[in-house]
Amino acid sequence: MKSFFHGNGALPVSVALVLAIGLTSLSLGAVHMSLGQVGAILGQPLGIRLPVSYEAGDAALLWTIRMPRVLCGVFVGAGLALGGAVLQGLFRNPLADPTLIGVSSGAALSSVSCLVVGDAFLRRVSPDWNLFAVPLASFAGGFLLVSLVWRLSRQEGCTQVSTMLLAGIALNSLCGAGIGILTFVANDAQLRNITFWSLGSLGGMTWSMVGILGIFTLVPALYLLRQARALNVLLLGEAEAGHLGIDVESLKRRIVLSAALIVGVAVSFVGIIGFVGLVAPHLVRLWLGPDYRRLLPCAALIGAALIGAADLVARLVVVPAELPIGVVTALLGAPFFLWILRRERGGL
Amino acid sequence: MKWMRWGGWLAALSFFPMIAVSAEKRERIVAIGGPVTEIVFALGRGSEVVAVDSSSVYPEAVTKLPQVGYQRSLSTEGVLSLRPTRIVASTEAGPPQVVAQLKASGIPYVEAPAQHSVEGARVKITVLAKALDREAEGRALCAELDRRMARVKALLGANLVRPKVLFVYARGAGTMNIAGADTAADAMIALAGGVNAVSGYDGYKPMTPEALAAAAPEVILIPNRGLESLGGVDGLFRQPGVSLTPAGRNRRIVALDDLLLLGFGPRLADAVEQLAGALHPALAERWVGEKTAGD
Repeated sequence: MKSFFHGNGALPVSVALVLAIGLTSLSLGAVHMSLGQVGAILGQPLGIRLPVSYEAGDAALLWTIRMPRVLCGVFVGAGLALGGAVLQGLFRNPLADPTLIGVSSGAALSSVSCLVVGDAFLRRVSPDWNLFAVPLASFAGGFLLVSLVWRLSRQEGCTQVSTMLLAGIALNSLCGAGIGILTFVANDAQLRNITFWSLGSLGGMTWSMVGILGIFTLVPALYLLRQARALNVLLLGEAEAGHLGIDVESLKRRIVLSAALIVGVAVSFVGIIGFVGLVAPHLVRLWLGPDYRRLLPCAALIGAALIGAADLVARLVVVPAELPIGVVTALLGAPFFLWILRRERGGL
Repeated sequence: MKWMRWGGWLAALSFFPMIAVSAEKRERIVAIGGPVTEIVFALGRGSEVVAVDSSSVYPEAVTKLPQVGYQRSLSTEGVLSLRPTRIVASTEAGPPQVVAQLKASGIPYVEAPAQHSVEGARVKITVLAKALDREAEGRALCAELDRRMARVKALLGANLVRPKVLFVYARGAGTMNIAGADTAADAMIALAGGVNAVSGYDGYKPMTPEALAAAAPEVILIPNRGLESLGGVDGLFRQPGVSLTPAGRNRRIVALDDLLLLGFGPRLADAVEQLAGALHPALAERWVGEKTAGD
């Protein structure tokens, strides 16, 4: 008999966690607002009037800066975790994470080239478009590299998962070299932008970014969630899954495509945020076991909660300045994960 | 009831001078960028600055103010949490999304262009003076700058020997970067009557010991903080290749404050005078004489 916490209650518990972290993130920050004030500000457009007073400036800050930021964090976290979970399933490798199929490094290389080489060009474009040029380039770069990895791993109409893994690793280091060259060429200002991008940040998110991130996260996410049963069967092995009536080739293609989409759009807006895509699925596996029907939705929610919490720390520790979120996820996430791992498995 | 009306008038009259003074209400200024902060203080509005970025280290008073991080990695909420009524920033401020959000926040956002030239310093001062309603003070600063720059130029005109100067940007041993063309250091060397010992590239590049020896600088120019990070003058001489240069053999090192040297702000004339004096010791004697006679 499974307890509520480990059984049917897992999903509501994860949702509650995301909501709790989301609300905390809305209320805490460089500008202090109480939860009551947040409630009053959020309730105002809905016609709910709470007896809490707040400043007009705070309301504007909540709506235009904090809210898009928290929502983007939710989408990015969910996307990275979901991408990690399905790729771990596809490769049947616990070390798989979204960076493995090349989407992150492809995105990194093209956005860094955009920052360094495209700098002169970007200056002539209107600033509104300028903000979207780097995400667009990085998304295209991520996709290009994934399709290259995919091509390289095709043999006689079949995709070799092991070749794909190795091709991904090789192309990742090639991209690393490319970034190295560009870093050498870059000037001081460009270097700063590169560091900023490669350590990730949720600062500067706007509502239009929320919209784009939301659509490109939710659509592939819904598709991936429906592949849970197939991923469960795939745990038995590719041949076995084929015998059980699953079109493994088509499944692989669609999963890689969706994961690339979901991770590519996240990386292109917030830069590289490591660790969440690797760790969130494992946390849920330790908690709920390997059943993908439960693992996928909970991993997405736990990923969203992790990013939310990390961003909160990033915003609060050096107020009024801010840490890059990628540093926080690794700094806090790694020891926490090791602790869970030791506790749950009673030593390795 | 008549006395009340009179009393009201009297009160209004006695308050009038105070109203006139406070008509220009005190602002809460967030200043981003070292030279920008310096200019705000030079224009006499330093007491209204409530926060600065980490590159603002002059004058002394700013070191006690809250910091909003480095100018290129600002946080929107961090800046807004200080409730500024005006943000003055260098065009180097970033990241672009955050600057866009700050501009959209409705708080007046003043941008001062960051150019490495005398004209650039003048533009910086003029733009900020206009925005901060201190145009007379701004004109005075520019006039003073022009006067002193003209004097340096006149003095240097007679001196035809221009030493080869190498600018080293160091952050600890093994991370020495050398300023090429199109840098603030390159512009300063030219203004102070030297020539950059290296050419052929823009910006900063790490340099090999051999290339260092081949560049054969007669003077090594290094910011104070960089020199400290190498462990002082002796530490600099221990860097490979440095002792092979004429500057290394004759121990000609010039160390100046980072922001003073590279800021191109209101202290530009100070920086150029100090550097020119160090590059041309013979000139420096005449200089001091002329200064005491002239001032």
